[in-house]
Amino acid sequence: MREFFHRKLERSAIGFVLAIIGVSAIGGFVEIAPLFTIGDTVEKAPDMRVYTPLELAGRNIYIREGCYACHSQMIRTLRDEVERYGPYSLAVESKYDHPMLWGSKRTGPDIARLGGKYSDAWHVAHLINPRDVVPQSVMPRYGWLMRNELKTEDLGRHLKAQRAVGVPYTDAQIANASSDAYGQASPDSAFASGVSERYGDATNVRAFDGEPGRLTEMDAVVAYLQVLGRLTDAAHKQAATAEK
Amino acid sequence: MIATLTVAERQRAIAISAVLALCGLAMAIAGREDLFGVHGAIVLIFGLGCIGLVMSSYFAPEPSDERLKRYYDDPTRVGIVLSLGWAVVGMFFGVWVAALLAWPDLTFDAGWASFGRLRPVHTSGVIFGFGGNALIATSFHVLQRTTRARLPDQFSPWFVLIGYNLFCVLAASGYLMGITQSKEYAEPEWYADLWLVIVWVTYFLLYIRTLQRRKEPHIYVANWYYMAFILVVAVLHIVNNLAVPISFGEAKSYSLFSGVQDAMTQWWYGHNAVAFFLTSGFLGMMYYYLPKRAGRPIYSYRLSIISFWGITFMYMWAGSHHLHYTALPQWVQTLGMTFSVVLLVPSWASAGNALATLNGAWGKVRDDATLRFMMVAAVFYGLSTFEGSFMAIRAVNSLSHYTDWTVGHVHAGALGWVAMITFGSLYALVPWMWKVERMYSPKLIEVHFWFALAGTVIYVFAMWNSGIIQGLMWRTYNDSGTLAYSFIDSLVAMHPYYIARTVGGLLFLLGAIVASYNVWMTIRMSRSQAAAGAGDTDLPALQGAALQAGE
Repeated sequence: MREFFHRKLERSAIGFVLAIIGVSAIGGFVEIAPLFTIGDTVEKAPDMRVYTPLELAGRNIYIREGCYACHSQMIRTLRDEVERYGPYSLAVESKYDHPMLWGSKRTGPDIARLGGKYSDAWHVAHLINPRDVVPQSVMPRYGWLMRNELKTEDLGRHLKAQRAVGVPYTDAQIANASSDAYGQASPDSAFASGVSERYGDATNVRAFDGEPGRLTEMDAVVAYLQVLGRLTDAAHKQAATAEK
Repeated sequence: MIATLTVAERQRAIAISAVLALCGLAMAIAGREDLFGVHGAIVLIFGLGCIGLVMSSYFAPEPSDERLKRYYDDPTRVGIVLSLGWAVVGMFFGVWVAALLAWPDLTFDAGWASFGRLRPVHTSGVIFGFGGNALIATSFHVLQRTTRARLPDQFSPWFVLIGYNLFCVLAASGYLMGITQSKEYAEPEWYADLWLVIVWVTYFLLYIRTLQRRKEPHIYVANWYYMAFILVVAVLHIVNNLAVPISFGEAKSYSLFSGVQDAMTQWWYGHNAVAFFLTSGFLGMMYYYLPKRAGRPIYSYRLSIISFWGITFMYMWAGSHHLHYTALPQWVQTLGMTFSVVLLVPSWASAGNALATLNGAWGKVRDDATLRFMMVAAVFYGLSTFEGSFMAIRAVNSLSHYTDWTVGHVHAGALGWVAMITFGSLYALVPWMWKVERMYSPKLIEVHFWFALAGTVIYVFAMWNSGIIQGLMWRTYNDSGTLAYSFIDSLVAMHPYYIARTVGGLLFLLGAIVASYNVWMTIRMSRSQAAAGAGDTDLPALQGAALQAGE
């Protein structure tokens, strides 16, 4: 019976095409569609903030250089990972990550909770030549980050596109994107206060690359690395509750 | 080659190349402040190059209707050469990035030459450049032979092949400049993705048009797989690449999905790129070239049916095994694990079907390196699908994930299965395509075979060792209940394996260079021999529509 049916199917090209589409569509649909509709897929975190323009620019450089190929940003729910890296990652922590950078390989360590772990100066030295601070490291050098000025005039368009895909940037944040990027890395400038105003007092405002006058790609990358795992306290709170 | 196109087809080719060049010009102007403009210039030059190529033979006489009595194989021939070119390039980048993990300063102090930008050139170069071109080239060949119908026109296969290679060029050059979406195996930005959609729809239409002209009542198994490859890759590509560009004059875009939904979509794509690009497509290749070369029919028709529908249905569930113990809800992880394990059944049905087909032809396997390539490919297919199901089990995955074990698994599949079946098929196909009795040097095929096998085994063993050591070191506790090793301890332990892996990759690259030389010499040999037109039995069925040009 089955044999008969299939031999008939083999004689119809269109039928075969439709059968392939039908049969292959089921799995993805069942697994992906509910992730958008089931409410508790992503936890609530009212304190969650969006990336500043400088951090977003740093994130884009992180993507450009392919850092995700060797560093994950997803701490799994395993004892050794939590002890090595910190509280396991929650879905809400990457809610504004378009795209996500969970990664698939740890040639280097996970960096989901890197923010605040090392000083800015350490990061700058490490990015210029990783082997100056970690002799056995196999990470590439990124000397050009210090040499390249950061492009900021397009950041307003970046924020706008982010809003189009669902990140809640305000009109004021979009309008001031370029000056906020400059201000965040120039604490003594007139633009610095606007950053804390628009993104919260906890936002890091400092000369990340050690040179307050110049806005470099290094400023952006270090600003991004220093905010990893710090956009919300949800994961730490959950860990604290669990311990009690 | 241009001379075999009709004048109308030459005009169409020029018109479409001109439109492409204009698009390139518009991109170059709109994106003059951005790297987008560089890609515009590349598209412009590419379009002008195509026009120049057609113009070079534009005034050649119109081909006679004789051409309709033969299959149209020019695109297949060019596809084979392109495929081997990409193989050497892609594998060279692979060896380079492998070496960088052992000796990180083996590069230039410039962005384009850093590991993170070179790696996608390797992965896209071998998967899309080498694998994709081989799939397109062989699919045109297999499609015509198994339907006994000529391709419906002579322009669209060129559009598919050349257009696809433009996509590959945009991808690779983009990575070096830092243009990437970061989604693994879907790195090219929005405009390259849109272009691929156009190319792919043309590919599908070409396929279905040829099938509709077939002179065989039944559609052969190889075509089921090629069709699944074309259709499902289209769906995956479109959904995973949904993104909003920051403007139409800039390369950067932001993915429509974020966080956990993006992760699931990406690995639904990522794993099924493995399934429908690297498995279905190449199974199509295997189901044609292996029985042809062995001179034996496929062992079991029923097994073919079971494995085809099993693979098509179940692979689509398996992607979430890339996200065990992550913030992805547990029920999705469990579904992914379950289907991954059950997938072993159709996978082994395919591998077993291939190996059982060789019953009665094992003497040939011993003597003929071409057939041996295909046999070893089927064995590696069986091994790596078993390994894949095993690694998808949550407890195993807790050890293997994020380590080199995954890399080893991928290469067992990519080198052992995909590349081996491709080289075997190409060695069978090249003499047919260039009308010579055999490859230039059977001995060099033998040399290539041993390079490839040794390279694969060294690579895979190195990565098994490093991956498992890494995974164990990360989770080892000492007596006082604290972690025994720092991360850097585990990295230092990897060093010898990273060297071994580089050696394995280098052997495999050498094999690909030997193959390219052998194919090149075969082509030269064919030119010096008189074209063996008479007594050719490799012809389409000659009644009715086969004689009509589709244009």
